[in-house]
Amino acid sequence: MDQFAVKVFVRLRPSVLDPAGEATKSASIKLGAEGIKSLRIGKMIEVKIEGNGENEVREKIDLLCDRLFANTVIEDYEYSLEKL
Amino acid sequence: MDNFTVGVVVFPGSNCDRDVSWALEGCLDIRTKYLWHESSDLSDVDAIVLPGGFSYGDYLRCGAIARFSPLINALDEFVKSGKRVLGICNGFQILTESGFLPGALIANKNLNFICDDVELDIVSSKGGWFNNVDEKQTIKLPIAHGEGRYHCDSDTLKKLLDNELIALRYKNNPNGSSFDIAGITNEKGNVLGLMPHPERACDETIGGTDGLHTLKSLILK
Repeated sequence: MDQFAVKVFVRLRPSVLDPAGEATKSASIKLGAEGIKSLRIGKMIEVKIEGNGENEVREKIDLLCDRLFANTVIEDYEYSLEKL
Repeated sequence: MDNFTVGVVVFPGSNCDRDVSWALEGCLDIRTKYLWHESSDLSDVDAIVLPGGFSYGDYLRCGAIARFSPLINALDEFVKSGKRVLGICNGFQILTESGFLPGALIANKNLNFICDDVELDIVSSKGGWFNNVDEKQTIKLPIAHGEGRYHCDSDTLKKLLDNELIALRYKNNPNGSSFDIAGITNEKGNVLGLMPHPERACDETIGGTDGLHTLKSLILK
């Protein structure tokens, strides 16, 4: 069995308003940061997972992302995978 | 109605289960039974309410973990059989996460947790959940949510409109919901999800009775 470290990024779809991102952008500007054009907040989920090779692990992660980690009505996801 | 029993689902973090039970039993004389979320035996209930609250602490997304409970897995057959399911607030969020109703409920536009009475237009009489004999009837119900902004894509909205699935719309949209949507039904009409709390409007002494009809309609066939 191989072990992999997976980092899943879940983001609100571009068409979905992100009020938390807007509030943080506003605070960033009050802090004095200049030039911020856009700020959106997502989630990062770290998973350590075992499997027989990368393809099998990708299948498992795809299922997790599609069914649990992200709600694809409002969110997109992508992930990176590193063999340990 | 003598033996008619409404199952009130209890998740870890539900906090309106007792309110729903009180409203049904105390105001309407309808028998209730609490259903723990790990139960998948729905054989002795005739309708189900998914109450408000914070199931599983709203971890990941509101309703996202509750969706995988044995009870929600068993709900598919229950809904297909035509029995009635009412999802209030967190219950509505669970119904969208689990695919019984389309769309999603996300953080209010102004990020505030809104606790208020709101005026609502009854848009559709599908399923008989509302007592709207008039063309355009308005009711007042309490809301209490941080994630009540209904969102769906334009194709879904068109489907909702074409099939008269939008049950309630806010008169003064408090949370940024698409098309002012406060509640929707499935196509059959036996599943209703709404953000406002009908169980908190069942007695004049607590501010109104506009929620009575919706709870009472659980006993409709």
